[in-house]
Amino acid sequence: MIETFVSALQYDFMRNALTAGFLVSIACGIIGTYVVVKRIVFVSGGIAHAAYGGIGMSYFFGWNPVAGAIIFSLVSAFGMGWVQRRTKERADSIIGVMWALGMAIGIIFLDRTPGYKADLMSYLFGSILAVPSSDLWLMVVLDLVIILLVALFFKELLGVAFDEQYAVISNVPVDWIYMILMAMIGFSVVMLMRVVGLIMVIALLTTPASISAMFFDDLKKIMVSASLLGMLFTTIGLFLSFFLNLTSGASIILVAGIAYTLSLLWQTSRKKIQAHA
Amino acid sequence: MNEKNTNPIIIEMKNIWAGYEYESVLEDINFEVYQGDFVGLIGPNGGGKTTLIKVLLGLVKPYRGSVTIKGLPVEEGRKYLGYVPQLVEFDHQFPIRVWDVVEMGRLGARGLLRRFTTVDHQKVEGALRAVEMLDFFRRPVGELSGGQRQRVYIARALASDPELLILDEPTSNVDPQMSNSIFGLLHKLNETISILLITHDMSAISSYTKTIGCINRNLHYHGEKELTTEMIEATYQCPVDLIAHGLPHRVLPSHHEVKE
Repeated sequence: MIETFVSALQYDFMRNALTAGFLVSIACGIIGTYVVVKRIVFVSGGIAHAAYGGIGMSYFFGWNPVAGAIIFSLVSAFGMGWVQRRTKERADSIIGVMWALGMAIGIIFLDRTPGYKADLMSYLFGSILAVPSSDLWLMVVLDLVIILLVALFFKELLGVAFDEQYAVISNVPVDWIYMILMAMIGFSVVMLMRVVGLIMVIALLTTPASISAMFFDDLKKIMVSASLLGMLFTTIGLFLSFFLNLTSGASIILVAGIAYTLSLLWQTSRKKIQAHA
Repeated sequence: MNEKNTNPIIIEMKNIWAGYEYESVLEDINFEVYQGDFVGLIGPNGGGKTTLIKVLLGLVKPYRGSVTIKGLPVEEGRKYLGYVPQLVEFDHQFPIRVWDVVEMGRLGARGLLRRFTTVDHQKVEGALRAVEMLDFFRRPVGELSGGQRQRVYIARALASDPELLILDEPTSNVDPQMSNSIFGLLHKLNETISILLITHDMSAISSYTKTIGCINRNLHYHGEKELTTEMIEATYQCPVDLIAHGLPHRVLPSHHEVKE
């Protein structure tokens, strides 16, 4: 048993994949926590899907797709953050439209791009087994940026997440803090795109943090626990996909989804027991 | 009109008109709050109570008139205000402990890129002690009762060292006993701090408030202790219905006092 695991680790791609899973889980744990407690899962989904527009444009203009995705997800993150904060219209409808529009732009650009688009599917469904070392370094940098920003603005981020109105009254620069949060979601989305693909980004962003929020009452603890859970899910998912020859992103999400369901069941039964006691 | 108030002025609103796109919610509001006041404003739902508070806090810009807090424009002057929102505005599932909620009261004082200091910790501790919730400081807010939660948000407001406490419906979603204990607390706090509260619930305006006003688009407030029938009639359409509620404390003058 252990020997088979060790043999799997002899492959470069497997080691890279595991490292990528660990690195992504850090961003996921920290940013996912904000996404979950502030109830902006839908916005995050919108940013993830709109990033596909950046992929399409990159193919068309011959840029690096990851760079295109970063730019596009940042632009859409700021756009959606602005909509969420400012508009008097129904914010969720506008975000829904931006979500679909981003994808449509990507598809149209790809239509107009001649030639065979081999690794296109990898952006949609993830390709953690094909992560090059250069991407790992990008992930390290993005992780560091996220950790630094959260450490610098922790009290403001908590204030804005918990009670935006009170933060405004306290003269906290709420718009800036909100945009920093949106940018960090954008960074996380791009990292996650490699691992589970744009379509399943929301799942990995939310499940570890949601599970952790059931067990802890403190933001920092939830972040640490969510990061560890993310590492656990990506590792188990990776080995499943390696040994059973399944799509890696989907395997990871399946593991996360099962863990989430079990935690939910456990929590509801615990509450019932408490109610009867 | 009663005699001129000689205490220092905290809030001064002059000819305020405010509202949303096609409808004014507040019309020609003139309103003053002085140091030491304990003002209760009542009015029906949708009567502009919350808008009035939002104007005071700088969350809604009036389209006519001026507001000053201790002579300063609201964006600067609001640091002297301690705001206690309605309980329903909070997400009770948010994973946060009592201490961290109250510490948010120090956000304005501490500023960006600065850590909370021992001074902040002392203020938070003092605020929690003032509302008798210090023993609960490690508890998640979601596990507290409505009354306890209300006390925590009062503590958050107190932690910012305000001169005026503003409360939006402090006793809604709180059982009557708890409501009394919160008024008891406010009464005690009023020894050192001014208080303005709004509510749609007549019975919540207890004898603890020093002055009472009515608000429904227009404000009827003359710095007096009792509601006059004119004020009630101007605010609510049906005064009889109101009196029939059976108030725990008499806020209306008794029958023979009413002038013809």
